[in-house]
Amino acid sequence: MRADLARWQFAFTSINHFLFVPVTIGLAVLTALLQTAWYRKQSPEYLRLTRFFGTLLVINVAIGVVTGLVQEFEFGMNWSAYSRLVGNVFGAPLAMEGLVAFFLESTFLGLWLFGWDKLSRRVHLATIWLVALGSILSAAFILAANSWMQHPVGYQMVHGKPQLNDIWALFTNPVFVWGYSKVILAALATGAGVMLAVSAWQLRRGADSAVFGRSARLSLVMLVPAILLAMLVGDELGVIEAKYQPMKIAAAEAQWTTCQPCSFSLFQIGGGNNDHTPTQILEIPHLLSLLATNHWNGKVIGMSPLQAQYAAKYGPGNYVPNVFIQYWGMRVMAYLAVIVVLVALWGLWLNRRKKLATSSLFLRVATWLVVLPFLINTAGWLLTESGRQPWIVQGIMLTKNGISPSVSTTQLIISLTVFVLLYGTLGTVDLLLMLRYSRKELAPAPPPAPSGDRVPAMEY
Amino acid sequence: MAFVPLWFILITVLWAGFFVLEGFDMGVGMLHGVLGKDEAGRRAVMSTIGPLWDGNEVWLVVAGAAMFAAFPGWYATLFSGAYLAIVLLLVALIVRGVSFEYRGKSPAERWRSTWSRLLIVASFVAPLVIGIALGDLLRGLPIGANHEYTGNFWDLLQPYSILVGVALVSLCLLHGSTFIALKTEGALRYRAAKFARRIAPLTALLVLAFISWTHVTAGGGAFLNPVEFLAILAVLFAWGVVRSHEGWAFTATTFAIALSIITIFVDLYPRVMVSSTNPAYSLTVYNSASTPYSLKVMTVVALVFLPIVLAYQAWTYFVFRRRISDKSFRPSLTTRPAVSATAAMASEQAGQGATQTGRVVPPPPPSSGRGRGRSRGRWRRLLAGQGRRGGRA
Repeated sequence: MRADLARWQFAFTSINHFLFVPVTIGLAVLTALLQTAWYRKQSPEYLRLTRFFGTLLVINVAIGVVTGLVQEFEFGMNWSAYSRLVGNVFGAPLAMEGLVAFFLESTFLGLWLFGWDKLSRRVHLATIWLVALGSILSAAFILAANSWMQHPVGYQMVHGKPQLNDIWALFTNPVFVWGYSKVILAALATGAGVMLAVSAWQLRRGADSAVFGRSARLSLVMLVPAILLAMLVGDELGVIEAKYQPMKIAAAEAQWTTCQPCSFSLFQIGGGNNDHTPTQILEIPHLLSLLATNHWNGKVIGMSPLQAQYAAKYGPGNYVPNVFIQYWGMRVMAYLAVIVVLVALWGLWLNRRKKLATSSLFLRVATWLVVLPFLINTAGWLLTESGRQPWIVQGIMLTKNGISPSVSTTQLIISLTVFVLLYGTLGTVDLLLMLRYSRKELAPAPPPAPSGDRVPAMEY
Repeated sequence: MAFVPLWFILITVLWAGFFVLEGFDMGVGMLHGVLGKDEAGRRAVMSTIGPLWDGNEVWLVVAGAAMFAAFPGWYATLFSGAYLAIVLLLVALIVRGVSFEYRGKSPAERWRSTWSRLLIVASFVAPLVIGIALGDLLRGLPIGANHEYTGNFWDLLQPYSILVGVALVSLCLLHGSTFIALKTEGALRYRAAKFARRIAPLTALLVLAFISWTHVTAGGGAFLNPVEFLAILAVLFAWGVVRSHEGWAFTATTFAIALSIITIFVDLYPRVMVSSTNPAYSLTVYNSASTPYSLKVMTVVALVFLPIVLAYQAWTYFVFRRRISDKSFRPSLTTRPAVSATAAMASEQAGQGATQTGRVVPPPPPSSGRGRGRSRGRWRRLLAGQGRRGGRA
């Protein structure tokens, strides 16, 4: 019960946190690109876009930062046994994140936001790039810590406790290298998706296509390679996870028995934890072998043999994660990504034919497309984290053993309720503000000096 | 193994640094409603920390993460033991963070006053809770042989710890008001200095009580140790100069707040969490520390990056060194009466000799780039009317 509550709380707070993180990373990079374009070309459209999207960035960063604080403290609050056991490995990347990345991001965001008229243009441009760098680095350290939970490396066991003995191993961990690449690409795609949606909405409302046409093009140019690469990297990550966490991949395919070659099930009914013989509706021969092993006839070990293998190695217990979450997490992620790719390619094709700003159907679709990256990210994390279960650190500690012994069920219920209410309220406010500012008309063009309009992010 | 004490020192530095920086942010948060009589004033007060508070808050994140990495046992026992208090602290910090960012996002009166109220309460709760938790470290909590907390929420609320919390809140108010006095001009500066004068004796008294009780709690001898002594000296000095010297007053409150935090840590050492159940169960730097290799890695990272962080944060303070006036937040039509009021205040203030930090910077011509005096014609035109002014969309 307590383990479930602690897991719900962590899932709830981290999923929410990760709604804001990719927008921050993606929009920081895109805003920096816009400002660079302005710096280079001097054209005022780019300055207007920089400030417009900068405002959206700032609204997001605020909530990303404070929800990150919760994540940072939650290990000690709800997972004290875990923190005690692995703190000397897991704590290190977290502390590095603060020192190396978080300070950078936060300090330079303040400088960028308030430094418009205090810094030279060149230095001011550097500040937004440092914000982007900070957010990208920040994700690196967090992913290094997370990857260690998926595939522990660089440690030795001393009296039943893992002790760090090679810090570099954490950053050369294949799970980290591929997982981190995927997260950054997904974040760029998310940021681009947001920018595309806002631009499309503005264009449909008849905003100046000389301005929002540019941001729409920029976002498409970012979106297509980012999401395609993310899918490729995700494929390789699948192969790596199949190697180190075979149970995760077997569960993602609801593959109970070992197969060779293996078909990929496009859609099936049943196949949950209590149903070992799902009804396949549609399957593609050899595709699973290819995805999980990179070989046409690769072998994928099923969950039942893996379960037997783990029980023999780690003692009796249930080592199968929630198959429903795995199976559908995988498919939601993959299918939605395909939709994003198709729409984005459609956009690029329209752009080639110079119809991007005028195709009202595309603009309508592109506006709603923004929902997908968030669903994809969430599904991806559910796949990764739920697939690790029942382990909190693969092979080292079970999740149920990681919770805080001194924290009662009541306390967990109180904190979960508080966070749900607080995040719910702030999430709503954030969404409304994002919508409000996305729909705001762009600050007017310079020469006739605007009187009433202001750039709100630059002040309190 | 020298890394263990070194990391205790680094964590002390991080906590002290957090309170030196975020201390005035908390003060500004609590005081912005009182000192800023109108919307323009409130915004001017908040703008004194606008570019800074976010970077300051990271000190807390890093302090927490450093405890996790260097003393996992300490981190685990403290955060799980003080569970509901930490939840309260997180709520306060979240509300505070978003209040800063969201308050200005709508011109509606109710929207702004709501966020203002939340900001005031949250800025009060955060240092109070942290103070109570720090007090508990030294005063002792029910901790068992396995280093797990065995008490409940109410066990956290001990008289000594509450005094630490209240003293910290008071220090934040004093530190914040001397900061605002240093960073604003005109009526705001005057009101901030006046508030600082009022709160100084109370703060001095609270710090005196807190340090004495700390000394007794830690089982010190007949004499105060140097840190305790200097902490008292600093707060008394702050009280002494707050009437006449803005710069010195802020310096003194900086030392007072830093030394107060350092006192707790110095009196703790080598323990990090005292067990009231049995002194033998207390957590110490040694029984809660990470492994030597991890500490070595972290030491390298900290020694390389902490100076870099300090350098760019210091540069930030340099960039935003100018005083801020509420006049720049006022629509130009209404500046006229404000000017005379401010002038009156300023002369009154000058009469009391409170011009230590030099000239009163004239308010900026509305929305002009007053950066480094470089000619940026186009840049300026672009931003005309978009700077920090105008109360409505």
